[in-house]
Amino acid sequence: MSRLPRKCVRKGEMMLSDWTLWLEWFIKSLVVIFALLGGFAYLTWYERRALARIQSRVGPNRAGPFGLLQPIADAVKLIFKEELTPAKADKTLFFWAPVVTMVPSIILAAVIPWGTSFTAFGREIKLHLADINVGVLFMASIASIAVYGIVLAGWSSNNKYAMLGGLRSSAQMISYELTLGLSFVTAIILANSMRLRDIVDAQQGLWFAVIKPVGALIFWIATLAEVNRAPFDMPEAEQELTAGYHSEYSGMKFALFFMAEYQKMIVICMIAATLYFGGYREFGFLANTIFSVDYMWTLGSWQITNWFLGPIYLFLKVVVLLFGMIWVRASWPRIRYDRLMTFGWKVLLPLSLAITFITATGISLADIYDNQSYFWAIPVVSIIIGLFTVGFIYRELRRKAYERA
Amino acid sequence: MSVLDPIVELVRGLITTGKMMIEGPVTVQYPEQKREVRPRFRGRHVLKRYENGLEKCIGCSLCAAACPADAIFVEASENTDEKRFSPGERYASTYEINMLRCIYCGFCEDACPTEAIVLGDNYELSFYDRRSAIYTKESLLEPVPTVELTTPRKVEAGVFTRSVPEMQDPRD
Repeated sequence: MSRLPRKCVRKGEMMLSDWTLWLEWFIKSLVVIFALLGGFAYLTWYERRALARIQSRVGPNRAGPFGLLQPIADAVKLIFKEELTPAKADKTLFFWAPVVTMVPSIILAAVIPWGTSFTAFGREIKLHLADINVGVLFMASIASIAVYGIVLAGWSSNNKYAMLGGLRSSAQMISYELTLGLSFVTAIILANSMRLRDIVDAQQGLWFAVIKPVGALIFWIATLAEVNRAPFDMPEAEQELTAGYHSEYSGMKFALFFMAEYQKMIVICMIAATLYFGGYREFGFLANTIFSVDYMWTLGSWQITNWFLGPIYLFLKVVVLLFGMIWVRASWPRIRYDRLMTFGWKVLLPLSLAITFITATGISLADIYDNQSYFWAIPVVSIIIGLFTVGFIYRELRRKAYERA
Repeated sequence: MSVLDPIVELVRGLITTGKMMIEGPVTVQYPEQKREVRPRFRGRHVLKRYENGLEKCIGCSLCAAACPADAIFVEASENTDEKRFSPGERYASTYEINMLRCIYCGFCEDACPTEAIVLGDNYELSFYDRRSAIYTKESLLEPVPTVELTTPRKVEAGVFTRSVPEMQDPRD
């Protein structure tokens, strides 16, 4: 502040701009929070409807048209339910664990850009809550905080099942966090920046999912493990651990866990869309048309960009990715815990290391020799490595089958 | 078996569930839509009437005797030509079925000499207490199409003397 020229800190002007900045942040935070809360509510509806369809059912359709009021009914039910605290539970931790789980899932959404910018009231408003230059790092750090809540919930419940759920969750998170981190790294290498807006802009022509399909797949698997979704939902495996870490929770505290899980699903799909599927940008074939987010409308004296299309594209991508999660849940059985660990450490981690290496090498070689064919070797080589990995898994399974026979 | 098996198996799973989704739901929206019952479905009992409106039931209690769950209670009274309920000498003045005991075996139907009791297609039986689970003759009896056909009614003397109707095919 002291370095600014004197005229900038004139009393009234500075105060005003400060105040409007606060207001802008406040409004944008509210938008993010309400989008996530509403998204959580309707994600439960979406999941139940989609799962029902896959199982030849209809799903909730009684409350309101197409059952659209079902989430509200569920919320009312959960709020008015009695909250039990086990007599021997650690009261403080038992109370704070849901909060610790829930808050990171919202904070995580702060760094994700959901559109370009528009001009209103004489200022440029970016559709982005916190445009920090180490966005990816921020996500990686916040995403791992949520596991504390789960572990603490398991531990403070004074229940063996909850404890096992919490432990499983921590072990699983640590194993898959590495793979997730390496997937972040490849995106950073490709975009040459840790700022999420730069990563999105770098995908203007070509999605990163096209450049490294295997990397996107690994990222997808790691995120499934990260948000405790099927087939990696070991921490809350109903058949083994009743409900895992939230066995002892009821009422609003349970609702917070539920909320955290579904908000994390949404946020992680937003991250996947941002890192691999072009974020808020239009689909490749729509570039340079009127559906592009950069298209400028000129209406008489004022110009307006297609800024409002950004959130819509992001929403569409998130819906498709969420459907993928639901589809996987409906199709594949839960994998055994030792296999989960083996898969994480012996397959995914080396594979993601290899993908990172291939990506970095391809980009360096393309830079040094100024030859794009090195760049295009990245997807080819990574697919070959991916097939090699599949072969490895196949051999391992065959060997086990022979041993058993 | 091929090397790609791990992936092929996973994709096959996804395709299977995807196909199910395209097929659409098989749900019947029950209270609004009702599925038709099968022809030989055994639902709630109905006490039938003849075409002239007289009750088929003659109060013989054979259904009560046949009932393995002891759900049926019948009490018979005498018919007169001034107050006639059914053809023949007697009619059922009380006819009660305890729906909590009934096992819907249909033996009562088989035992009935006049085909008065029939297990219908109504399966929506619900009650708030045990007393209302006992269905009385009023609720079981088939409604009459017109007012003139109600029972009891005054009939010409000496016409309805035979309690069991003559059957066209006795082996039926």
